[in-house]
Amino acid sequence: MMDTSVGNRGHLYRAFSRLLRKKLAIACLTTISIIYFLGIFAPLIAPYGYNEQDYQSIREAPTFQHIAGTDLKGRDVFSRVLWGIQNTVIITMVTILTGGLLIGVSLGLISGYYGGRVDSIIMRIGELFASFPDILLVILLAATLRPRIVDSVRWLEDNTWLDGIVKSGVADYIVISLALVSFSWVGMARLVRGQVLSLKTSQYVESAQATGATTFRILFIHLLPNAIGPIVVTVSMGMGTLIGTEIILSWLGLGIQPPRPSLGTMLLEAGSISALRVVPWMLIAPGIVAWSLVLCWNLFGDAMSDVLNPNTR
Amino acid sequence: MWVYITRRLLWLPVLLLMVSAVTFVLGTYGPGDPVRVMLGTKYDEDTADRLRSSLGLDRPIVVQYIDYVSGAIRGDFGESLRYRGRSVGSLLASKMWVSFQVNLAAMVVSLSIGLPLGFWIARHQGSWIDPAAISFTLVLMSIPIMVSIPIVLWALCLKLSWVPCSGWGGFFDLRIVVPAITMGVPGVAGLARLMRASTLDVFGQDFVRTARAKGLSESTIDIRHVLRNAIIPIITILSFSLAGMLTTGFITERLLGIPGVGDFAIQAIFNRDYPVIMAFTMILSAAFVVANLLADIAYSLIDPRIRLS
Repeated sequence: MMDTSVGNRGHLYRAFSRLLRKKLAIACLTTISIIYFLGIFAPLIAPYGYNEQDYQSIREAPTFQHIAGTDLKGRDVFSRVLWGIQNTVIITMVTILTGGLLIGVSLGLISGYYGGRVDSIIMRIGELFASFPDILLVILLAATLRPRIVDSVRWLEDNTWLDGIVKSGVADYIVISLALVSFSWVGMARLVRGQVLSLKTSQYVESAQATGATTFRILFIHLLPNAIGPIVVTVSMGMGTLIGTEIILSWLGLGIQPPRPSLGTMLLEAGSISALRVVPWMLIAPGIVAWSLVLCWNLFGDAMSDVLNPNTR
Repeated sequence: MWVYITRRLLWLPVLLLMVSAVTFVLGTYGPGDPVRVMLGTKYDEDTADRLRSSLGLDRPIVVQYIDYVSGAIRGDFGESLRYRGRSVGSLLASKMWVSFQVNLAAMVVSLSIGLPLGFWIARHQGSWIDPAAISFTLVLMSIPIMVSIPIVLWALCLKLSWVPCSGWGGFFDLRIVVPAITMGVPGVAGLARLMRASTLDVFGQDFVRTARAKGLSESTIDIRHVLRNAIIPIITILSFSLAGMLTTGFITERLLGIPGVGDFAIQAIFNRDYPVIMAFTMILSAAFVVANLLADIAYSLIDPRIRLS
């Protein structure tokens, strides 16, 4: 057991040093970190509140006071972008941790290890989720879940000491994350299942079984570490799509509700012909952030798959 | 392989049944009342009740579902709740035709950039051009569509006034340019990679070495021997993926005012017009599953090492 963990660390260490040699990947990782930092600390960094209107400077092109200009209501675009990033970061992180890692990995482990009926039930359900075209299921879920969840949160507010949940946007987070989880677990489950299938007949798993290790221990201590590489690749390659989908949901009005800003709603406001004619700068800040987030995750994921699967180069 | 294909095809109806059940439950348990949406300002209890029973919406949900499925099997997807008197089938068919045309135009753009680019990259394998060009295609692929459309619109429509800003006039109308570019360019990344791999594969073949040994010029080798063989697998994959081209994406159609099936479906979701949502989901799921199956078959035809099982 000691040997596998040391070998595993060695593999990851080698992968990490290969990654450090890739300048593009490091540049992307830096960009992602900066954007996430800006988003997470938006309340401290943003020069204005997301809903603060400056009646002196409505529809103003970028100046020193408003470095990304102001929108149709005189709100600072830069500050709103920072708050929007915060929403995107929270939602995508929650989704990847619950849907991708918790649900996807566990179901993949279970389905690969037990095989048989359990396996076919889990995989068939996955196939069902995956056979909805495009992001239709996500949109459908978001559209039908939203009013129910908002209602139940309102009820919670009325009947307990909890207050201001709807206003804080938590209900929105729950809706979008639930909808996004619906498709983000399938790929991960299939991947982990494949890894488990190829490993479960190996000698070290057999010897672990022979020494009476519990199933839980075999799954999470012996099998899971061997799948870490592909899992990291899948997560980093999937983040771009996940962020894109979150933006689409808000764009359609199914995500974060106004007045709270999100990249999707900002792009919606900025993308119409009339807005392009009058306030084209409104597109610049949210556009650059959305583009570079998706791009950097894609490039980084690409580099990770090079680094962690050296044999496919 | 035939066993595999038959098994997948037999599985299809079961899958569709499950997809339709999920959609039906989501549709009917969703919020809002389709009758209220239909009547709008003319809403009152009596009319609503009469309408509801004439539409059969007052029956238990299981009965409604069975009724729906038995109709759908016979090809009758019911009537739209929003557009009274129009059958869902005919509504969707005309919208899908529009979406298909947009897709086709986008694919022309992808192909005409992606194939030459991929070939060019393959010829420069080993130099800095190879990784740089591949990364650049990723840059283009990563633009969110709601960012790229406004940028292209701003340039082509507002600044240069080359194309009208929105609307739809068919395949041979200028207004197809913007969706073709914004949807076609992201596809370049995948195509260029495919073409690169496929060209490199051919470069390593014996017959290329023979051609070179015969003293043929590089351009003759490229055109007569390499390009032709490199394109075959790509065309095979593409021709099998046509079934996946029934929808163009919800954002493009909405932003550009294209009367395609994507925007129609979104409207249907917001209007709670669930006969339309149901039919849309089922047709597209079927197309999607069949397209995936065809793609698998295409890959195994190109590369006999891939065994379907």
